[in-house]
Amino acid sequence: MSKKLLLKNAHVEGIRFLKAYRENGGYSSLEKAMKMSPDEILEQVKASGLRGRGGAGFPTGLKWSFLAKPEGVPRYLVVNADESEPGTFKDRYLMEYLPHLLIEGMIISSFCLGAKRSYIYIRGEYSWIPDILEKAIEEAKEAGFLGTNILGSGYDLEFYIQRGGGAYICGEETALLESLEGKRGNPRLKPPFPAVKGLWESPTVVNNVETIAAVVPIIDITGAQYAKIGVGKSTGTKLISACGNINKPGVYEIDMTISVEEFIYSEDYCGGIPNGKRLKACIPGGSSVPIVPANLLLKTISGETRYMNYESLSDGGFVSGTMMGSGGFIVLDEDQCIVEHTMTLARFYNHESCGQCTPCREGTGWMYKILKKIDSGYGEMKDIDLLWDIQSKIEGNTICPLGDAAAWPVAAAIRHFRDEFEWHVREPQLSQTQNYGLAHYADPIVPKPELV
Amino acid sequence: MEVQNSTYQFTEDILAEMRKLVSRYPEGREKSALIPILHIAQKNNDGWLSVPVMDAVAEFLQIQPIEVYEVATFYTMFNMKPVGKYVLEVCRTGPCMLRGSEKILDHIRTTLQIKDGETTSDGLFTLKPAECLGACGYAPMLQLGKYYHENLDVQKVDELLAQCKSGNIKLD
Ligand SMILES: Cc1cc2nc3c(=O)[nH]c(=O)nc-3n(C[C@H](O)[C@H](O)[C@H](O)COP(=O)(O)O)c2cc1C
Ligand code: SF4
Ligand code: FES
Repeated sequence: MSKKLLLKNAHVEGIRFLKAYRENGGYSSLEKAMKMSPDEILEQVKASGLRGRGGAGFPTGLKWSFLAKPEGVPRYLVVNADESEPGTFKDRYLMEYLPHLLIEGMIISSFCLGAKRSYIYIRGEYSWIPDILEKAIEEAKEAGFLGTNILGSGYDLEFYIQRGGGAYICGEETALLESLEGKRGNPRLKPPFPAVKGLWESPTVVNNVETIAAVVPIIDITGAQYAKIGVGKSTGTKLISACGNINKPGVYEIDMTISVEEFIYSEDYCGGIPNGKRLKACIPGGSSVPIVPANLLLKTISGETRYMNYESLSDGGFVSGTMMGSGGFIVLDEDQCIVEHTMTLARFYNHESCGQCTPCREGTGWMYKILKKIDSGYGEMKDIDLLWDIQSKIEGNTICPLGDAAAWPVAAAIRHFRDEFEWHVREPQLSQTQNYGLAHYADPIVPKPELV
Repeated sequence: MEVQNSTYQFTEDILAEMRKLVSRYPEGREKSALIPILHIAQKNNDGWLSVPVMDAVAEFLQIQPIEVYEVATFYTMFNMKPVGKYVLEVCRTGPCMLRGSEKILDHIRTTLQIKDGETTSDGLFTLKPAECLGACGYAPMLQLGKYYHENLDVQKVDELLAQCKSGNIKLD
């Protein structure tokens, strides 16, 4: 089993409440941090090598060091709890079961950044979770960990929770800030970056729930010790939310040294695939990252074991690799249809496009329509090339990365599963009643060069 | 959006709740409370936002009505037309599809004799297909009011519908 830092007490009875959280060492990192200077805390976070857990994997310490600090202007920490990337449900788990871990991490982080007000922006559909967080905030205040003069330090801090209204795009940090300001979630052009002009034009740090929670063990064991867990630039532990065709869907904490094969088949994690089915494909980092067939998932193209960490998952780039992303691990067994699955994702991105950029607004709708056409047995061969063409014209031509996020799943599906798309076109009737199955996807083959 | 001419007034209790929300933001940034306020307004208007309700929100926040409309129409949680007492929001994105969300949707469509987005003639149920709700590991699932119902199968859906009909279900 991997080392656990975040979820080690997740199964302790009553850990949602202050009493049990305290009894299990809770808020001792805060007590330690309040004896340090903000710069010392920043050094620990930098030393930890912690990378943002929201999907992009940007080093957190570096991000914090970019925060502008003009005199007399307030600074804000905004926690991104919008969690809407298909396959991802880890932040929900943290907030539901370990709300104090997030609150403690937020207090330490806010102190480090010099924020006096911090916000949690939570997706509106998680409508029972704000009650849990409010309760934790209230308890933290009563205990003197939050509010005025925290632990006698003279530092004042208030937390507020804001619910969104249902829009995936509000997970993008600038769209989130717009939404927090009471507007449509249209991403902003960058620069200026939030670190300079964020919430209400003030310097702002936006971090994912899991990132902020990880600050607690970092302060507890020190950044240097945290950095020793994991491998290379994949330091510490990562929450993986596993779903799809596996025996034990759920949220797992891994230390990034285990192999993908172990993660899928070990009883400690996903517990294998139900009904003795074989593995067909996997999207290991949330729906936006490239789907890979089994053969390229378990081993890299050079035949080495693939591991559950940032570097190994992206080994081979987009030609034969994928990404860690948000850790939303989606497994497809041999009975699944790649065309239909890709179609649901295309529908998702089309539904969620904010509509500001033409390539994204029009392109996502166009891709969805073509995929639906192929999926329902009306596709033509030229549609597959058209899909490829559309996705390549969206990528890199939009204000925010949602465009790329919509393009990549389609590109990867065609790159690796083109024969399945072609079969749908050739067998319009059969494809309505039968699945293409596994073909060669579980065997070690190399993608055709002309397709990559 | 439907056009109505009447005016709408919030009760004192609701106004107090709305004022409390506004106080969370720095002075001059009151508009930031718009989305949380729309949630409250919708909840108190049978689950949807009529034009008079949105106008009343605009007046309360002292912003233009269009600023409210453009936000309300952007977010999927706000309903722009009347909905049933029980809005069944069934996720159908990839991970849920892999675990049978289409079967759940079909079952609801045939049992209630409605299409996606429609409301039953008795005004009890609305079917609203949804995109990933962050419950992918507990799929298939649906949201009903404040809560998620997860690891569904056809039988569980039937039980859920029966509970709704008898008014024996927690929405809030
Ligand atoms: C379309 C889109 C959706 C996103 N959704 C989320 C999300 O739900 N949660 C999240 O933490 N980050 C999300 N992000 C990433 C954020 O923009 C941002 O990078 C992140 O919150 C930074 O936090 P981190 O450095 O701690 O990862 C999204 C980005 C894009 C482009
Ligand atoms: S890429 Fe799409 S979601 Fe992002 S700003 Fe442009 S239209 Fe909006
Ligand atoms: S795909 Fe249905 S909850 Fe995520």
